[in-house]
Amino acid sequence: MDWALANLPRILSLTVDHLLLSLPAVAAAFLLALPLGRVADRLGRLREPLLGSAGLLYAIPSLPLFIVLPILIGTGVRDALNVIVALTLFGLALMVRSAADAFGAVSQDVRLAAVAVGQSRWGAFLTVELPLAGPALLAGLRVVSVSTISLVSVSAVLGVASLGSLFTDGFQRGIVPSIAAGIIMTVLLAVVVDLLLVGLGRLAMPWQRTQARRAGS
Amino acid sequence: MIEFDHVTKTYPDGTTAVRDFSLTVPSHTTTVLLGSSGCGKTTLLRMVNRMVEPTSGEVRIDGETVSSRPPVQLRRSIGYVMQHSGLMPHRRVVDNIATVPRLNGVSRGAAQERARDLMELVDLAPELARRYPAQLSGGQQQRVGVARALADDPNILLMDEPFGAVDPLVRVELQSQLRRLQVQLRKTIIFVTHDIDEALALGDQIVVLRSGGEVAQIGTPRELVEEPADAFVSRFLGLQDGRRRLHASPRVGGGWTVVDDTGRPVGLIEGEDGTEPAAPSPEGC
Amino acid sequence: MTHLMEALQWVLSAESWAGPGGLGVRTAEHLWYTLLALVLSTAIALPAGLVIGHTGRGRALAVLSTGAARALPTLGIITLAGLAVGIGLKAPMIAFVVLAVPSIIAGAYSGVEAVDRRVVDAARAQGLSPWQVLVTVEVPLGLRLILGGVRLATLQVIATATLAAYVGAGGLGRPLFLGLRNHDYAMMLGASLVVIAVAILVDALFIAALRILRRIPGIH
Repeated sequence: MDWALANLPRILSLTVDHLLLSLPAVAAAFLLALPLGRVADRLGRLREPLLGSAGLLYAIPSLPLFIVLPILIGTGVRDALNVIVALTLFGLALMVRSAADAFGAVSQDVRLAAVAVGQSRWGAFLTVELPLAGPALLAGLRVVSVSTISLVSVSAVLGVASLGSLFTDGFQRGIVPSIAAGIIMTVLLAVVVDLLLVGLGRLAMPWQRTQARRAGS
Repeated sequence: MIEFDHVTKTYPDGTTAVRDFSLTVPSHTTTVLLGSSGCGKTTLLRMVNRMVEPTSGEVRIDGETVSSRPPVQLRRSIGYVMQHSGLMPHRRVVDNIATVPRLNGVSRGAAQERARDLMELVDLAPELARRYPAQLSGGQQQRVGVARALADDPNILLMDEPFGAVDPLVRVELQSQLRRLQVQLRKTIIFVTHDIDEALALGDQIVVLRSGGEVAQIGTPRELVEEPADAFVSRFLGLQDGRRRLHASPRVGGGWTVVDDTGRPVGLIEGEDGTEPAAPSPEGC
Repeated sequence: MTHLMEALQWVLSAESWAGPGGLGVRTAEHLWYTLLALVLSTAIALPAGLVIGHTGRGRALAVLSTGAARALPTLGIITLAGLAVGIGLKAPMIAFVVLAVPSIIAGAYSGVEAVDRRVVDAARAQGLSPWQVLVTVEVPLGLRLILGGVRLATLQVIATATLAAYVGAGGLGRPLFLGLRNHDYAMMLGASLVVIAVAILVDALFIAALRILRRIPGIH
């Protein structure tokens, strides 16, 4: 506790670094996964191979990807952009599948009904499909956000500043509280962001609350 | 003989499925528990093989209380057929039927042979033996369910709406097959259904249940139809909505047409020898 | 791109694979760590997950803790274990198990739960004992999800095993960190490519196994 208090400014600034790496990656993965998932869901026979290969991306260990990715995108290994792109790819690996399943679960009847009442396809997507797929999309987003926030710290071994720096510093100088503070802050951050996402979900999908209450009674 | 002796079932959440229910099921007969959903009939059925434990009271088989027997061993000695066949989807038909004999230590070969005999008994083509349940029709799956229940030749057969999910034509077929089997096998059967026609077709004894497992009437099919105990039974049997209150009216060209209360035709009357009785004179009506 | 060519040259040269610090030994170490960690975590997590799925007891706790475990940073766990038990294999092994157990538990209980309750009910009614229900009905029918949990755990351990070298153990992280420290890009990149290849190959094995299972009727 003493150590954490004495190093509070550093912990807080690393927390900000951590967020600046993880949040853009989570947002990018989510926004890219929406169209990819929607398209993948409609591919019929190609659906599973496509989603399977997206999933294979998830098999790639993070540290090697941080090192190999710069060759493909021309950044430096220690660039924030490199870490963000790598994390986005991991996020996509999870989120494209969630999005495809979320859109797949919207019943064909509801979709046809929307078109039948005269909505354009684009309008039907925005006003019917997206909201109905919302809860499942949110569930996927929450998984991506938690795993991204926990993955960021690996980049610290390359010298990228994040809460992971507390692990590398702590290990090299033998300070257990530093590592403990890093773990606690990472988990805390993941929980706070998760709660924020749940809150945003409630605001965006108010009908979910009454449904949940009814299902619970 | 199966006896229900003042059994009550109250669930932890406070709902009472069955209250103080008593009944004697004679051996080698079919007793139908008839009632709408939520009347506790499945609960009663499941008390016999200890899938449900009564809160108070006891169930006895041939004088011996079931709670004195280990559930697993008890269940292996009682056949059980349910609405959805509940077959193991990863086992072939023949292995599904052989389940209980195998559990009771019968060798694989002997159990499979027994299974094939049973398939013949329930009119399943032998070539279906190697299929998986999902490759069968609903009616075929139910036949497999019946064969499985009979596999170790139990004295008692519990049937929980076994034909409830198949289409009406197949249902009638399965019912007549069960009747035929029963003549041959003479099991003690408890049969749960909400279908009055099925109850009348199969039951030697019918127990009409109100909610909470309260007995409205016990009797033979004939007693029920001729002397319904009260308005509830009468309504349940369809005696009040005109479905079973039939009238004969002379048929054009001779004989009688039977119509229900609303005048809709439901059949013809023939003489005992299958010939049509002479038409009564119009004045006679 | 020149870096990539150099890295490939390094990976493909015979001397990179030879010797006690060569890629051959490192790959073997990497796979050995992974296997050991999986055996240990499966021995702990599989029975626990199956019991939770079968009885439904402790489910809320399991959902909460496996969810929370996802938030645990691998590097934090491995460095903490390193400081606590010293340099060697023990520290990373503790970390691997801590990270693998939640995935396996989650896979096991969701696999058992995904089995059609009516089939389980029918099996009980035929007189299968709880143990027989678990072994002959719930495990085979839930096998795809159960194996899915082991697959996730495996991926996690292979990735984390790369970090084992950071706390003094072997594995393919060794050449990776050595290259990183000495600015030997060919070595660093080459080792990374080998790790990626190993991970994808192992995952492909799981995918193949799961695909075979899908042919058996009724299996989730």
